[in-house]
Amino acid sequence: MNKVLMSGNNIIGEAAIRAGCRFYAGYPITPQNELTEYMAEHMRNAEDGVFIQSESEIAAINMVAGASAAGARVMTSSSSPGISLKQEGISSMAACELPGIIVNIMRGGPGLGNIRPSQGDYFQATRGGGHGDYRTIVFAPATCQELADLTMDAFDLADKYRTPVMILADGMMGQMMEPVIFKKPKKRIYSDDFILKGAGNGKSKFIRGLLLDVIDEEEHNWKLARKYSVITKNEIRREEHQIEDAQLVIVAYGTAARIAKGAIKRLRENGMKVGLFRPITLWPFPELQLRALAANVKNFLVFEMSTGQMLDDVRLSLQGYAHIDFHGRPGGAVPTPAELANVVARLYEKVD
Amino acid sequence: MAKKVFGRPKSLKDKIFHYCPGCGHSIAHRLIAEVIDELDIRGITIGVPPAGCAVLAYNYLDVDMIEAPHGRGPAMASGIKRTLPDRIVFSYQGDGDLAAIGIAESFHAANRGENISVIFINNAVYGMTGGQMAPTTILNQKTTTSPAGRHKILDGYPVKVSEFFSQLEGVTYIERCMVNSPTNINKTRKAIKKSFQCQMDGMGFSLVEILSPCPTNWKMNPIDSCKWIDEVMSKTFPPGVFKDNTASVKKAAEGAS
Amino acid sequence: MIIKTIFSGFGGQGVLMMGISLAHSAMNKGYHVTYLPAYGAEMRGGIANCTVAVADEEIASPVASEPDYLIAMNAPSLFTFQNKITSGGTIFLNSSIVKDRPNRPDVKVCTVPCVDIAQDLGNPRVANIIMMGVFIKKSGIVPDDIYLKSLETIMGSKKKGVAEINRKAFAAGFDYLKD
Ligand SMILES: Cc1ncc(C[n+]2csc(CCOP(=O)(O)OP(=O)(O)O)c2C)c(N)n1
Repeated sequence: MNKVLMSGNNIIGEAAIRAGCRFYAGYPITPQNELTEYMAEHMRNAEDGVFIQSESEIAAINMVAGASAAGARVMTSSSSPGISLKQEGISSMAACELPGIIVNIMRGGPGLGNIRPSQGDYFQATRGGGHGDYRTIVFAPATCQELADLTMDAFDLADKYRTPVMILADGMMGQMMEPVIFKKPKKRIYSDDFILKGAGNGKSKFIRGLLLDVIDEEEHNWKLARKYSVITKNEIRREEHQIEDAQLVIVAYGTAARIAKGAIKRLRENGMKVGLFRPITLWPFPELQLRALAANVKNFLVFEMSTGQMLDDVRLSLQGYAHIDFHGRPGGAVPTPAELANVVARLYEKVD
Repeated sequence: MAKKVFGRPKSLKDKIFHYCPGCGHSIAHRLIAEVIDELDIRGITIGVPPAGCAVLAYNYLDVDMIEAPHGRGPAMASGIKRTLPDRIVFSYQGDGDLAAIGIAESFHAANRGENISVIFINNAVYGMTGGQMAPTTILNQKTTTSPAGRHKILDGYPVKVSEFFSQLEGVTYIERCMVNSPTNINKTRKAIKKSFQCQMDGMGFSLVEILSPCPTNWKMNPIDSCKWIDEVMSKTFPPGVFKDNTASVKKAAEGAS
Repeated sequence: MIIKTIFSGFGGQGVLMMGISLAHSAMNKGYHVTYLPAYGAEMRGGIANCTVAVADEEIASPVASEPDYLIAMNAPSLFTFQNKITSGGTIFLNSSIVKDRPNRPDVKVCTVPCVDIAQDLGNPRVANIIMMGVFIKKSGIVPDDIYLKSLETIMGSKKKGVAEINRKAFAAGFDYLKD
């Protein structure tokens, strides 16, 4: 297979098209414009490919929902402020059990914020984001190769569980170029039963999110909850890096995890036994896997490019079995491995 | 004694514009500042800049300003004006901001006849995000998201905001101008002044559309950009007054009192 | 080994292309690489820059807090980045338009009048390729033949004369340093 040098934004677009994505709608916003532009250029060369530059992110998510109901593999992308606008539509897709991929190339917030890389949308992504009792699967890639692989996998999981899947990366991942090899996509498995094509001479179907009968809605909620627990059981992914002998483990995802790896290299060169636990699915969060580590490791440092959001999940996972510190750089600041190494070294002194 | 004929308007801060060379935003900013000086309303004016190249307008215009989320300027301006009816409130919007993501807010502010002024910069592209297709991109115009040129079947037609908004009964005054020559710049200043005056006289919603060069994203030099407005863009968007009810509204008001 | 390089200059000087060509050739040599451009609206009219990391192991951060090399195609680039260079690192300076010199006694300086050389070749637009010739020779990150192949891939072999001009420009830079 050919190795190519591409930017993260373009990689997501290429992986999506290879995975059979044939409908994309989006609205310009930095730092993900290259993805929208990639789809504008390449969807017209893909058989039956549709690209629409929508009038807003609200429109984009609803276009995507419609195309999904009509049976297409679909994707939309944006960055933080635009993802806020999509929430109503994501909630609706979850309710109607429509598969689809939502890419968030995060930037500094809140509000218009700035266009630098950030991880401030963790809560929004992992807690559902929109209204109602639902979850979205959230992938957090840390390399361009992972962007390619997880984008393809996201389509498969979206179909398998009939649910929206979010790819949560940041401006640095979107802009950065790395060599990448596109794997062979799997064949799509998705039943016609869920697709609206017009009833023809047969029985008509409908897809709905409004369930006025209380008992119906309650049952629908429990049905979704059961689905989410299956996902939690089957789909958790994480990476463990140099934790065998670790006295202290950094918990970080995405760009922050890359920086952590750089810091760990420096720390180990100075004899400090530090490892990394990297959630790849942020929801479902690798709770039990992290807790298992606490049998041997008593000190954790959560490192995020935010004021501390995944920190909540780490606390819930470790349940008091280990000591947790936090280091954060919100607002678009990207710390260096050296900075993080200094922070860890100071904590490490206190580790006994 | 020599008479000063040219100087920095009082309502324009002593700052260098960050806009690209040849960009029409800086001209429009200056015109607004001149009008605010002329009408002597600096102290009672509140501006609402958009998400777009003009997001930093508060760095230049020396009046109170609050930045709106993308497209929501007219809603925010409505809120401000209803709370403070004696202030002069304007929103400043690009074509993506007004005619795409914020068309609903703009349409309904106009339809309610909100007593605000909208300064609408039509540069036929999304400037800030790097030259993507805008609702006002003209047919066959190449942008980064219409790489083969805007196609009427795939992308629809350029939105003619002035024509379309002038159909709304809530609207009092709409004019389309250009800032590609000294004569046109003077016309634009007059239109902005009329719009603000319309608001000061309590006559309701007005909008000034300004055809404005964007050399960076049009990939032209500034001079060719000005020519392109004359020779191409203004064929789709002809300048002129599309609605002017100021005289009749005034009469009705006089009759009532 | 890990080597980080910052390429910086005015928009239009082709600095991003310089970074991509290095990243591409290092990839073809079998190295791990990252390429990170400075991005965003605020960059317009200002300086354009990018960072390339080349390593024989996984690269943690694509950001360079202490780059080994700086290629400064204009004066603002020199002022912005000279204090970041690691001690013992090298600054490649476009001396055709930069009259200032670095204030760091602990870094090496390699001045290249690349615009003048380009003018002599009859094509002022290839100043960046000439600089790459000097850089590739001095840094030794990738062999020149691999670099030239990447350059051709990136620039596309559509226009015939282009590859030829680029090869000439590269050679002019490569031979500029007689050591
Ligand atoms: C919800 C949301 N989506 C997208 C953006 C990104 N964005 C900022 S400005 C802009 C459009 C700029 O174009 P236009 O309104 O025509 O103004 P110009 O920059 O050309 O003056 C966009 C899409 C945003 N800030 N918020």
